[in-house]
Amino acid sequence: MAMTEPQIRLRAENLNIHYGTKHAIKDVSLDIPSNQVTAFIGPSGCGKSTFLRALNRMNDLIETAQTTGKVLFDETNVYDPGVDVVELRKRIGMIFQKSNPFPKSIYENVAYGPRIQGEGDKRKLDEIVERSLQQAALWGEVKDDLDKSGLALSGGQQQRLCIARALAVEPEVILMDEPASALDPIATAKIEELIFELKERYTIAIVTHNMQQAARVSDRTAFFYLGELIEYDETKRMFTAPSKKQTEDYVTGRFG
Amino acid sequence: MERRFEREIEGLKTSLIKMASVVEDNVASAVQALLKEQKDLAEKVIAGDERVNELELENDNTIVDLLALQQPVASDLRFIIAAQKINNDLERIGDHAVNIAESAQTFAATHEQEPLLEIPKMCDIARGMLKDAIDSFINVDPVLAKRVLERDDEIDDLNRKTIRAVIELIRTDMKSLEVGLELTRVSRNLERIGDLTTNIAEEVIFQVQARVVKHHAEDRTDVHKIH
Repeated sequence: MAMTEPQIRLRAENLNIHYGTKHAIKDVSLDIPSNQVTAFIGPSGCGKSTFLRALNRMNDLIETAQTTGKVLFDETNVYDPGVDVVELRKRIGMIFQKSNPFPKSIYENVAYGPRIQGEGDKRKLDEIVERSLQQAALWGEVKDDLDKSGLALSGGQQQRLCIARALAVEPEVILMDEPASALDPIATAKIEELIFELKERYTIAIVTHNMQQAARVSDRTAFFYLGELIEYDETKRMFTAPSKKQTEDYVTGRFG
Repeated sequence: MERRFEREIEGLKTSLIKMASVVEDNVASAVQALLKEQKDLAEKVIAGDERVNELELENDNTIVDLLALQQPVASDLRFIIAAQKINNDLERIGDHAVNIAESAQTFAATHEQEPLLEIPKMCDIARGMLKDAIDSFINVDPVLAKRVLERDDEIDDLNRKTIRAVIELIRTDMKSLEVGLELTRVSRNLERIGDLTTNIAEEVIFQVQARVVKHHAEDRTDVHKIH
């Protein structure tokens, strides 16, 4: 059966990252296709989060981090000197492990990004807030409490609020770093369903230490170990017939 | 929010129902080809088995995906395990329909009216059991499934009767040897269809009630029961 090759949204080429003397990412090349969920798995310290953060230059915030190689986003290397990092992070948004709403109302949390980008029209902002909360599957639960503090929401709702906040600035790619690891199973299931729905509009890359979560939500999975990309393939293949023994040992829990 | 997983489970069920209806048609056509000596219909059954095999492979694939990627538990797990076995049972029932269709072709080629002994009766029972087993799966009906189990003895008895009659036939007239062997083959295939529909019914009971009823498991003390 002929399948059309998915378009590549982000491409890492020979990426190397050092934290001081520690070689955290070792010559990794990997393509992230559009409108799919790509999961990064591997044991703690394998480099999966470092790699994720390299995609929108979040590692710049770490003083000792040194990056060589390329991350191509629409054929531009995001590490080129001329790249506007703020604009880059608007187009490649990020969701963190610990939900971090601003100590503001639900409405203001979502309206914050568009507002600092200069959107002042109240009606437009209302639309953005509703649309973003809808897409984050939170609207139904909060539509009558938009003035309530974001911090008053449950953990799972706070995480969806952060997703809504990321969506409000209309990103193209969403990076998620363990987005459900602090949540209970029901809140986790909601986030996972949400991830599945969001991929229709966005490209998603997710780091998770929960292998089952990677299996459930992703289309492609990359297995990292000691800073190297060991194997990268369709998730189905990675969890039914991986080609590398190290991957097999990791996904079956026989590691070490 | 309806879970994607639930939609996938529903999709697997729909695909199994589709396969069951193809298999049911093939068995009905094979039986008709046999009883009415319709060669064309027999050919159609033989050609139609390819579709059954395709569906089996598709369902296998879906089942592996669901097991590997979704980590099903409780009723979801039981459904998927039952689905895997039913998928296999249906494919084999399809193969028996092909065997019967091949026998129908042999009979149709002889220009003689063969004595069919208990076979028409067996055809009725096998088709009835298959229909009920499939309905019990579609409607999640363990009561109907149990009725399927109860009828397996009837078809087993008729199989033994047929074989005894065939032996008698050959004893009386050695020229009946070929016909006799073919009749035995048909009888065996119908009896196997009965067994496989019984398996389907047992899987429905396992899926719904978490009871293992095959091999009289509930009467044993040494088997692993699901509590």
